Amino acid sequence: MRTILHIIQKEFIQITRDKMMLPIIFVVPIVQLLFLVYAATLEIKNIDLCIVDNDLSTVSREITQKFEASPFFVVKGKTFSVEQSEKLIETGQVDIVLNIPHNFEKDLIRNKKAGIQILVDAINQTTGSIGSSYCNQIIFNYNKNIITKFSDLKTLFEIQDIKTINIEHQFWYNPDLNYKVFMVPGILVILVTIIGMFLSAMNLVKEKEIGTIEQINVTPIKKHQFIIGKMIPFLIIALFELAFGLTLGKILFNIPIIGNLWLVFLSATVYLFVILGFGLLISTLSNTQQQAMFVAWFFMLVFIMMSGLFTPIESMPVWAQKLNLINPVAFFIKILRMVLLKGSEIKDIKNDLFYLFGYGVVVFSFATIRYKKTN
Amino acid sequence: MFLNIDYQNLMTSLRVKNISKKYDKVQAISDISFNAEKGELFGLIGPDGAGKTTIFRILTTLILPDNGEVFFENLDIIKDFKKIRQITGYMPGKYSLYQDLTVEENLNFFAAVFGVKVEDNYYLIKEIYEHIAPFKKRLAGKLSGGMKQKLALCCALIHKPQILILDEPTTGVDAVSRKEFWEMLQKLKTQNITILVSTPYMDEAALCNRVALIQKGKILDIDTPENIISKFQHKLISVKSFDKQKLIKDLRSYEFSNSVFAFGESIHYTDKRQKTDVKEIVEYLINKNHKEIKVEEIKPNIEDCFMDLMKK
Repeated sequence: MRTILHIIQKEFIQITRDKMMLPIIFVVPIVQLLFLVYAATLEIKNIDLCIVDNDLSTVSREITQKFEASPFFVVKGKTFSVEQSEKLIETGQVDIVLNIPHNFEKDLIRNKKAGIQILVDAINQTTGSIGSSYCNQIIFNYNKNIITKFSDLKTLFEIQDIKTINIEHQFWYNPDLNYKVFMVPGILVILVTIIGMFLSAMNLVKEKEIGTIEQINVTPIKKHQFIIGKMIPFLIIALFELAFGLTLGKILFNIPIIGNLWLVFLSATVYLFVILGFGLLISTLSNTQQQAMFVAWFFMLVFIMMSGLFTPIESMPVWAQKLNLINPVAFFIKILRMVLLKGSEIKDIKNDLFYLFGYGVVVFSFATIRYKKTN
Repeated sequence: MFLNIDYQNLMTSLRVKNISKKYDKVQAISDISFNAEKGELFGLIGPDGAGKTTIFRILTTLILPDNGEVFFENLDIIKDFKKIRQITGYMPGKYSLYQDLTVEENLNFFAAVFGVKVEDNYYLIKEIYEHIAPFKKRLAGKLSGGMKQKLALCCALIHKPQILILDEPTTGVDAVSRKEFWEMLQKLKTQNITILVSTPYMDEAALCNRVALIQKGKILDIDTPENIISKFQHKLISVKSFDKQKLIKDLRSYEFSNSVFAFGESIHYTDKRQKTDVKEIVEYLINKNHKEIKVEEIKPNIEDCFMDLMKK
C-alpha cells in the first residue's frame, strides 16, 4: 500500500512538472465545450436559397416572404430564369432553388391545385433532407392558410370536409429542443476519455521508451502496485476534468443537472475503469508514445463515431447497433444524458453500470496478463 | 557439524551455471558459467553484442534463461526472484532514471520502493552523493553525463544491495569521470558488496579482481587480469612506420606473421616462430620501402590477450 502511495506521489510530481499537462487539463475542456458544442450542431441554419418567381402574384409573393422571414434560409439570389438558378446549384452557390412557375396563382384559384418546384443540392445528405423538409413545412403551413383564406368562396360544410390531423409535439426533458443540452454530456464523455485513454497509455509507454521501466522492474515493486499507482492519478485527473467540465457546462450553457451528482461521478468511475483498462492495454501493445497515440486514436475515433454523439444510434444498421455493445463511450454517453437530463436514478442505470464494470474487469485482466514484468 | 560447512559456498556470492538464451533465431549466449565471490569486483569484458547485457538481464530477473541455473546468495533466480530483487542493485546500460524528477526525488523514490529511507544507508553512498548533492534540486535530465552516472549508482545502492550489477557504466562517460567511477567501485568492494560490471573497454579490465572475456555469447577465459596476461604465449612486437595502412598489409603478408592488429598509433604483431627475430622483421620492412620504422618488444595487455583468444 505504501509503495502504491509512493508511486502515486511520484506520478503527480511528474504530471505537474510536465509543461503540456496543465494546458491539456484546463484548456482542452474549455476549447472543446466552447467550440464543439456550438460547431457540432445538428440544427441546419443558413441554407442558401435561390428564388425563381415567375408568377409575381400576391400568393407567390407571400410564399417568398415566408422563406425570407425564415431563420433557416438565406436568400442568396432571385432570378426569373430556371436555367440560371440551376447553374447556381451546380456551382454550389445555393443549396436549394424554389421555383414558382408562371400562372401559379391562377392555377391555384381556378384548379385548386398548383405546383411549386424545389431543387435540392443533396451532396450533403443532411443539409439536403433537412432543408427540403423545412421547405415542405413552410409550404404546408401556407397551404393551411390558403385553405382558410379561399374558403369564403365555399360553403361551410366543405371546410369541415377538410380533415387535417393536428399534431402537437411535446418535447420531454429538453422542451426547447436545445441541442446544447444534448451535446454537453457527450463532449464531457470525450474529455474524460481523452484523459483516461490517451494520457494513461502514453504515460505508461513513456516509461518503456525512456527505459525507466527496466529500473522499476528490478525493484520489488509488484505488477499490480505499479499499475494501480499509475492508474489512480489519471482516475483522479479525469474525475476532476469531469467536475470542471460540468461547471463550465452549467455556467456557459446552463445545462440541466437534474440527477444526483454522486451518481454522475460513480458512473464516471466505473466508466474510467474500462477506459483506463484500454489505456493499459494500448500501452502493452505499443513500444513508443507515437504508436500508443495512433492506437488510442483508432479506438477513440471508432468509439466516438459509433457512440451516438453525432448521429443517433437508432438510425445505424443493426450490426452497428450490436457493435455498440462493446463501445464503452456509447454506454457512458447514454448514462450521463439519462442522469443529467432526465434525472435517472441508480435503479435506472444499474444494469448499464454492472455491464460496464464487467467489461472493465475483462479489459483489465486482459491488459494485466499482457503486461509482463518478466518475459 | 562445524567442519561440514561448505567454505566454498559460503564465500560464493553468485553462481552461474551453464545458462543459455536464444532470441528468435539468434543464440545470444550459450553455456555461460562463472562464480563471483563476496566482495569481489568481477568484470565481463567483451565487444558490443557479445552477450554481456543478456547475461545481466538474466541475473537481474528481467528475462529467463532457456536453460541453466543462477544462484544469488543461495537464492534461486527463478523461484526466489522476489527476494533477489530486494538484494540486487542494478544500473542498466541505458540511463534510466526519471529525467523529470530532481536528483533528490529520484533517490527518495528508489529508496521508497525498496522500503528503506535514504538516511538508513546514507553512509554507503555518502562519498558519491556528496559530488552531486549541490545539484540535488536539479532535474536528473539536466545533469552532465558523469553526474547522471553517479546518481544512477546512488539509486542502485540506496537499498544496500548485496550484489551490484552495472551494465557498461562507463560507456559514453568522459575519461575523468570514468576514473572517478572506478575509484568509487574499489571503495564499495570494501563494504562486502559483490560487484559485477561489464565494459567494452579493455583497459578497465585491469581494474577488476577477475574478468570473464566474452565473445559471441561464449566465455573465452575467466581469470585475474594478471593471469590472463601471463598466459599470453607469444612475444608481442610493436611496429610503427610512416604508412600505417601499407604496414598492416605488408605485415599480414609476411610469411611468419601470426597476428597483426592496429593498436592506436602502432601495430601489434606476433610471430609464428618460437623465437621472433626483430632484425629480420626490420629488414623485411625496409625491403618493402617503409620509412621511419620503429620496432620494439612490448608487454601484452588484456586487449592483446583478447585478440589472441578470439583467434583460437
